[in-house]
Amino acid sequence: MKLIVNGDDKTFAEEKLSVAALLKLQSVEYADMVSVQLNEGFVRRPDYDATFLKEGDTVNFLYFMGGGR
Amino acid sequence: MRDFNEEELERYSRHILLQDVGIEGQEKICAAKVLVIGAGGLGSPIAYYLAAAGVGTIGIADGDVVDVSNLQRQIIHTTAEVGAPKVESAKRKMLAINPGVTVDTYRMMLDASNILEVVAPYDFVIDGTDNFAAKFLVNDACVLAGKPFSHGGILRFTGQTMTVRPRESACYACVFDRPPPAGVVPTCASAGVLGAVAGMLGAIQAAEALKFITGAGEPLYDALLSFDARTMDFRKTRLARAPGCRVCGDAGIVSLQDYEPAACDLKPAG
Repeated sequence: MKLIVNGDDKTFAEEKLSVAALLKLQSVEYADMVSVQLNEGFVRRPDYDATFLKEGDTVNFLYFMGGGR
Repeated sequence: MRDFNEEELERYSRHILLQDVGIEGQEKICAAKVLVIGAGGLGSPIAYYLAAAGVGTIGIADGDVVDVSNLQRQIIHTTAEVGAPKVESAKRKMLAINPGVTVDTYRMMLDASNILEVVAPYDFVIDGTDNFAAKFLVNDACVLAGKPFSHGGILRFTGQTMTVRPRESACYACVFDRPPPAGVVPTCASAGVLGAVAGMLGAIQAAEALKFITGAGEPLYDALLSFDARTMDFRKTRLARAPGCRVCGDAGIVSLQDYEPAACDLKPAG
């Protein structure tokens, strides 16, 4: 399956891939460290396991950054 | 309309020369009121650039005093000012650069009980806070008050920022929903930050405020700009308002609540 992940074209051997599985494959240390944008919308944390990706989907992992002072 | 004197025409000449700013743009800058929340890593360059630009009224809010560990990145404070209130230290430098601006100081930590009152007089708000509880509170207050604002966050070598026009462009909660569970995301205090990264992001936020005031260019509405200083990769992620946004959606908030302050330590791996 081909996906665009954080702007890069990626090919995955998996036929079926949930958001949770993609987070693991992409070495996101904790699912809670990111907000997941799927195409136009956002997938919220409770839905990571049940949301499956389709060929050509655009996925962005947007990291939480809490610093500033 | 204001008449600039000779000194002001000289002082602001490099702005006035800009086709997208000009005399009219500089007049808008001089009439603008901008609030900076946090006089630290982001707030330092922001406060410097807003004062230098001649922003007529600059509010600066911070309840802290200068600590020696701040000086690596909080460039508006000096070694001699360790122990001094940050807002006073910042105000001194801002007026030294430009005695023509007014600096209003708020020596307090903003919370749900006082933030709406503090933001009320300002045209634009800039988030330079250092924790998620504060960042979401600033977002919520600006959405409720209808104040355009710049969100900013930094960590280690990375930074991110977005500019929000409440109920017209995506807000911070449209993207990040709510603070991450305590301990999952490290803070600068626990994980560190390259001092210059604060300067990079703060300068971008100051530029966004000046763009908003003058109408020059396109602010980072519906866009999250993120960068990684290790590679100097900059990326802009297009955003859209989330119809079901907890904060700015149709069933969004109608009053403010404080968020739980998160713990500071990174969860051990495993």
